[in-house]
Amino acid sequence: MNLEFDLILESIPRMLTGIGVTLQLLVLAAVLGLVLGVILLLMRISGRRYLSFPAFIYAYFFRGTPILVQIFVIYHGFPQFEFIRDSVFWVILREPFSCATLALTLNSAAYVSEILRGGYLGVERGLHEAGMALGLKKHHRFFYVTTPIAIRLAIPAYSNEFISMLKATSLASTITLLDMTGVARTIVAQTFAPYEIFISTAVIYLVITTIFQRGFGMFEKRMSRYIRQ
Amino acid sequence: MTANNQEPIIILKDVCKSFGDFQALHNINLEVNKGERIVVCGPSGSGKSTMIRCINRLEEHDSGTIIVSGRKLTDTMKDIDAVRSEVGMVFQNFNLFPHLTVVKNLILALKLVRKMKKAQAHEIGMGFLKRVRIPEQADKYPSQLSGGQQQRVAIARALCMNPEVMLFDEPTSALDPEMISEVLDVMIDLANDGLTMICVTHEMGFARSVADSIVFMDHGEIVEMKPPKEFFENPESDRTKLFLSQILTH
Repeated sequence: MNLEFDLILESIPRMLTGIGVTLQLLVLAAVLGLVLGVILLLMRISGRRYLSFPAFIYAYFFRGTPILVQIFVIYHGFPQFEFIRDSVFWVILREPFSCATLALTLNSAAYVSEILRGGYLGVERGLHEAGMALGLKKHHRFFYVTTPIAIRLAIPAYSNEFISMLKATSLASTITLLDMTGVARTIVAQTFAPYEIFISTAVIYLVITTIFQRGFGMFEKRMSRYIRQ
Repeated sequence: MTANNQEPIIILKDVCKSFGDFQALHNINLEVNKGERIVVCGPSGSGKSTMIRCINRLEEHDSGTIIVSGRKLTDTMKDIDAVRSEVGMVFQNFNLFPHLTVVKNLILALKLVRKMKKAQAHEIGMGFLKRVRIPEQADKYPSQLSGGQQQRVAIARALCMNPEVMLFDEPTSALDPEMISEVLDVMIDLANDGLTMICVTHEMGFARSVADSIVFMDHGEIVEMKPPKEFFENPESDRTKLFLSQILTH
């Protein structure tokens, strides 16, 4: 078969109309996921079982099930219950965009909390002790000693998570959202040219991924400036 | 030396500490007066580090009494951070904060614990960097310094808090041989200034020239405690004799 370059060139601008939805999903889920992830992390490392255990269970479920299934449960499953339709949550659950954001956020929070926990565990014990020996209070040690080091240790894993999430936003197209993949599927339905269209979609994702990877690379370099190269 | 009528700055009375089944400290009794220099030595695993780590509660003792400048260390003590800020500690592995420059390592606790303004803290920090003879390294990161320089920064960091007592936990053990003397020189300098010091070390030359008393520990007990001359020339216990023969023959 022939690759129709004209079709690719024509369809790319159309697909870019979906980039807004894709990036909105990504940024919202990343920010909210980070906030929730930090809360889960604090629960996890609190040393109190009634806090750390729920956080553990949370991560266990969300890491153990596919995002697509989570999206379906939230979008198709929850509205089956009348009490949910009658509750205030219905404002969120009746819209596909907010359902997708919710699923991605909850999922991302589970991974982020684990990634940050890895960072925290990676901070040398001796540095805690040095902080203690200087009389720094617990919250001082947390903010001024542990956190900056933990963040640096967590960046590579977090950047992977962020890029996984970018790609996971494409799952939102399965619940009628017109993100980039959603737009691509619409074009395919009109042109019957899945090959050209999906290849172009892949290229666009690749470009965005590259940009984010470079960004994280620069951030990591900046955070690691104190390490001898 | 200060008068004897003064309360010792550190008192350990019948202090015991176990890690699981292993008894690390066994009825430790020790008093340290203001201005005294104590060197603690003994074979590895004898409880030296554990003992000094109990003094600023990096380890919690199981029983017995520890009093640091008049304040008793207890489980319910809310003010442990205040006690810690009066007791300086230097670690074997320096434990400098890697993400902060040298001068920021020095002033972090001054700002957070002593609530000092940045300019004032900076001045104090630079003063102590001069004291350990590396003011020119102020804006470097610890990883850019040699081991000896890093340990001197760690000493300066502890001194910034103006501690009443300094604890040294094998400060030269992680250093390359050629860097040991630059750290010992700084420590001798401090000792000559009358700082109260408890120093766990294997540097017997340092012990001989600086210490008021040498404490020898073995199996979690203080075996003997004597002024250096007596300790080296006339040790009582067989365990001390064995230890000395092992470290002094080479």
